[in-house]
Amino acid sequence: MITRGDIQNISGYKKPQPPEKKIKLRKFNWSRIMIYLVMIILVAITGYTLTHLDTANVKIGEAMHGLIMTLNQIFLQPRAGSDGIMPLLSALGISLLLAIMTTIIGAIIGFLFAVIASRNLTNAYFGAIIRVIMAVIRAIPTIVWVLIFSIVCGLGTNAAILGLSFHSIAYLTKAYSESIEEIDQTTIEALKVTGSKFWVIVFQAIWPTIIASLVSWTFIRLEINFANAIAVGAAAGAGGIGYQLFVASGMSFDFHEVGFIVYLIIGVTILLEFIAVKLRQMYTTK
Amino acid sequence: MSSPIKFLAQKHRKQTAIIAVIGSIYLLSSWILNFDSFSGFTAVPRAFNWLGVNFFPTSASVELLPQIWKKLIETVALAVSSTVVAAIIALFVAILGSKATGINGYVHVVVRGIASFFRNIPLVAWAMILLFSFKQSDFTGFLALLLMTVGYLIRAFMEIIEDEASETMMALKATGASYFQVIFQAVLPQIMPSLISWVLYMIENNVRDATLVGILTGTGIGFVFDLYFKSFRFDAVGMTILAIIIVVITLEVLSNQIRKVIL
Repeated sequence: MITRGDIQNISGYKKPQPPEKKIKLRKFNWSRIMIYLVMIILVAITGYTLTHLDTANVKIGEAMHGLIMTLNQIFLQPRAGSDGIMPLLSALGISLLLAIMTTIIGAIIGFLFAVIASRNLTNAYFGAIIRVIMAVIRAIPTIVWVLIFSIVCGLGTNAAILGLSFHSIAYLTKAYSESIEEIDQTTIEALKVTGSKFWVIVFQAIWPTIIASLVSWTFIRLEINFANAIAVGAAAGAGGIGYQLFVASGMSFDFHEVGFIVYLIIGVTILLEFIAVKLRQMYTTK
Repeated sequence: MSSPIKFLAQKHRKQTAIIAVIGSIYLLSSWILNFDSFSGFTAVPRAFNWLGVNFFPTSASVELLPQIWKKLIETVALAVSSTVVAAIIALFVAILGSKATGINGYVHVVVRGIASFFRNIPLVAWAMILLFSFKQSDFTGFLALLLMTVGYLIRAFMEIIEDEASETMMALKATGASYFQVIFQAVLPQIMPSLISWVLYMIENNVRDATLVGILTGTGIGFVFDLYFKSFRFDAVGMTILAIIIVVITLEVLSNQIRKVIL
């Protein structure tokens, strides 16, 4: 009679032992820990804020009812209201021009600063100073810039143009210089070896290489500037469609007109987005 | 193939045309908007001169610092909480709507449309509409930021899911994993770093936008700023701006460091 034990003895067979340690399904890494940490902190802040939120004793039910009534007026019954269509359209045009103009100023000056501020082109210290200044300019909200300039130039389009341009310059300087820093160093060195001057390098090597991302960033900024132009018109009285929106919703409470204005604005932003997408395709497929 | 000379000449003409178009748009705009470029830009040094003199914090404004600081922290907390709530909503909607994990093509189109709609309604309109129903309270600011952020994050999350998680998803599906296993074991872990990065970016953005919402709805740091500004207490305004700069730059540096670790 051969038993199981005999087979084991003969063949030296041993029952498989479970491994000493569990196989690790996940490797330890800082990335995962950081993600959890950030999530916990953010959720904790949110929880604390929401439980301590000042609601000014508004009854949520009533307020929601009112909101739905207002939204109904805005989105389902838009009307040009007492202002008429033409003044609203011209105000829309002013906001759009404001956005285009400040984007042009921002793009031109921003590009010059970006070239100076890029690490792979110029003196590191000089670039660092410009980056710090731009970071400070960007930290101040656009509306605050406009209000600051309105003290010197008076309320109106001049203050709006300067304020919006300031923020655009700082934003585009950062965006452009990041694109410039992505350029392969050898391209620049190859031109330097031929004895090319600084601006020749910029316009013959850098400009053509980053034109696609330049265009795409500029159009992103145009969209932002249009939104900002509206905000500035409302909060700083700088004119344009934003001011009409502010008057209609905060003073005359004509929500039919608010609806009309909102639809106009949505139309323009969707148009801008469409143009941006088309341009991006044009430059990336080339 | 055109000769190099022809090519260069064509390129030159094209560049000249583009510059001419941009230049004329600029001139036309400045004519319509009544903007005198020269006097406009010379106003900049004057403005800074004026700023240096009047905005310089005095001892009176230093005393206001605790009050400004409290409002600023409240504003940051509001920006964080609106972004986090928006991110949670947007994640659900994005999973339902994205091409990779979504229900079907129709839902995808509808979700994209809704996201675009929320994104394109200006923040000013949200703030004013909500102010009318919810009165002057932090909750109004919270809702305005929330609705705006949801629109941005839905689009961003959908693109992230489609770009980053499609392959891992396919691999897991091939093993026979169920829909929820795929979502929780493949999609979420895969997109988490980009997701957090976007949330941090929106927080930075919302802190800045919260100032605008605050001016319109009379809450947070925007209200403090507006109050001092309209009562011509420029030293206090300067103090407020200084505090905003410090907080925004701190947040930017912090989130850049976090991004370096997680991405």
